[in-house]
Amino acid sequence: MTEAARAGPTPYQGASEEIQLRARADASSRRPALLAFATAIGWLLIGSAFGDVASLKMHFPDWLSGEPWLTFGRIRPAHMNAMIYGWASIAMLGVSLWILPRLLHTELRGPRLAQIGIVLWNIGLVIGIIAILAGRTDGLEWLELDRYIADPWLIVGGALVGLSLLGTLARREVDHLYVSVWYIVGAYLWFPVIFTIGNWPTWTGVESAAANWFYAHNALGLWLTAINLGAAYYFIPKVLGRPVHSYQLSLLGFWALAFFYALNGMHHLVGGPVPEWMITTSIVASTLMVIPVLAVGVNHHMTMIGRFGALRYSPTLRFVVLGAMAYTAVSLQGTFTAFREVNRVTHFTEWTIGHAHVGVYSFVTFVLFGSLYYILPRLVGHEWPSASLIRWHFWLVLVGIAMYVIALTVVGVFQGLAMLDPQVPFQRSVEVTLPGLVTRSIAGGILTAGHLVFAYHYWLMVTGRRPAPERPPMHDVRPVVFTTEAEESAR
Amino acid sequence: MTRTWLLLLGALATVGFAALVLVVIPQLMLVHVPVPKQLAPYTPEQARGRRIYIANGCVYCHSQQIRDPAFTTDVDRGWGTRATEPADYVYDRPHLLGTMRTGPDLINVGARLPDPDWHLVHLYNPRALVPWSIMPSFSFLFEERAPGGVRPGEHVVPVVGPRAPRGKVIVATPDALALVAYLLSLEREYPVSAAPPPGRAHALGGGHGAERRTVHSMP
Repeated sequence: MTEAARAGPTPYQGASEEIQLRARADASSRRPALLAFATAIGWLLIGSAFGDVASLKMHFPDWLSGEPWLTFGRIRPAHMNAMIYGWASIAMLGVSLWILPRLLHTELRGPRLAQIGIVLWNIGLVIGIIAILAGRTDGLEWLELDRYIADPWLIVGGALVGLSLLGTLARREVDHLYVSVWYIVGAYLWFPVIFTIGNWPTWTGVESAAANWFYAHNALGLWLTAINLGAAYYFIPKVLGRPVHSYQLSLLGFWALAFFYALNGMHHLVGGPVPEWMITTSIVASTLMVIPVLAVGVNHHMTMIGRFGALRYSPTLRFVVLGAMAYTAVSLQGTFTAFREVNRVTHFTEWTIGHAHVGVYSFVTFVLFGSLYYILPRLVGHEWPSASLIRWHFWLVLVGIAMYVIALTVVGVFQGLAMLDPQVPFQRSVEVTLPGLVTRSIAGGILTAGHLVFAYHYWLMVTGRRPAPERPPMHDVRPVVFTTEAEESAR
Repeated sequence: MTRTWLLLLGALATVGFAALVLVVIPQLMLVHVPVPKQLAPYTPEQARGRRIYIANGCVYCHSQQIRDPAFTTDVDRGWGTRATEPADYVYDRPHLLGTMRTGPDLINVGARLPDPDWHLVHLYNPRALVPWSIMPSFSFLFEERAPGGVRPGEHVVPVVGPRAPRGKVIVATPDALALVAYLLSLEREYPVSAAPPPGRAHALGGGHGAERRTVHSMP
């Protein structure tokens, strides 16, 4: 680390009080946020490796099949848990710790607690993923991490980060709470509730399924979505320098999400052996999700409108705006998928895997990439070194995720239609997916390449191996030159 | 918003309401699901097999649920004779309903494929029996032995053809035998309770054939 990086941002002597306040807020969250981002990026690479191996195994089923810890049914949950609880969740801890002090105009309270919390969370996840590979799992999708040897670390770690954030909220020096604060604070209340219900050890039979999908859907809706919508609400207006379009839409979007999203879970069990009214409740709530989704989508779009040109100059805006658009898309797709007529085709197929990746990648991961492009320079005190590495990262992950989602969505429909026709042998439903599965492996390789570029760039930046430019790296776009008609004709 | 308490209480209220509707109330109702007479609890060996099934993530490719014949073609496909109901799962902890059918549904695999040797060969290498299968080989649940090295009481797996190792025999480990015992226990084809106890019909919702039909008025 260079001296400049170690010293952190300069104290902005002589700057306005507002800027000094912000500098103090950033300095207060610097250590826990940097710790969170460093470990999150590590998990991103680990999760990518698991994902690539799992994907290849679906069309090379005899590859690496001699060892139990390498079997598909262990590598797949290892991938999923590394990405959800490692990459996304830990990066989200960092984003929350950095954004809240700024929005509350105060310093982060208990940064040490937060740091310890992040360490404990990481320890729990290492234990949990090793346990999954060793064959010890709770056996529930999204809840594989062992409830006795892994989860307590996450609960205590998350609680320490949450305490630090709530302590900061209690000492706020603003009167009005900005919309991002609602989402982020809400998420830290919701997560312990749903995680406890999901991991409760006495659920049996179909009640176990209900608790499983109550948790799993809310892990997406009330944890991943909440914090990343909070981040999108922060960064879009921030980068553009204009306020959010409508306070009323913000309010509607937040409370409608809190109320309807929480009731969505049973749409993962459409047609299944749980009481019919539970599934119907979730289908109705899934339909009502259109309200918060459109409220947020319109609000973001109206904030952006007329300023889309700014996407060229700001990597943060590129990633966050695409992520916010993906939120609208994935939510509407989710409502559509919950309808019984659609679900009887798409349930139990690769369509679902494609849909999950629109949510967790195109939305959540894109918003997190955008957030990191904004936050990290303010933590290490200098700019990202390379515009071309940012471009490589952006285009690799954009092309990769587009290939991934299109391939699985299309073959998922074919797979579902084949399974729905009893005259068609089951074999056919397997064979129609193969082109999609191979394409997915290629797409996964492209995504991993993008992650390696990002991780390399991050390493160059924090170690100061490459001198940082004086201006933000994407500002080297060729300026628009106005020429008169006379000059034009002279050429 | 300027009031912190409104945010905190409001957020807890929404998630609390959802938990009440989707977790607490169903739990109170499902406690009364009668245990079918024909459904036996898992034997210790079957329970061990179920743990092997969970440890190796079979659930990521195989569901264990039959949906209503009026809604989908699970029954027409031969995966069961009727829709499965809450009572079919009273011994399942955790549930293994699944969300994926990369492979076929397994809730009645014990009735459909009752031969233990078929399962052992298939687990050792699925492509020995089903050439187009993309299921992984679970060869780590088996041991290779010299033909003379089989101890009494060990189960030799009749692998033949190109997938059989040359000059060796395949012996099933206790884990493999337990897993097969579990798979053979999967059979939910007995008739389910016909008449609901008075006043319980609505509470059980999914529990009764005739009522389910009317709920699913799918074409």
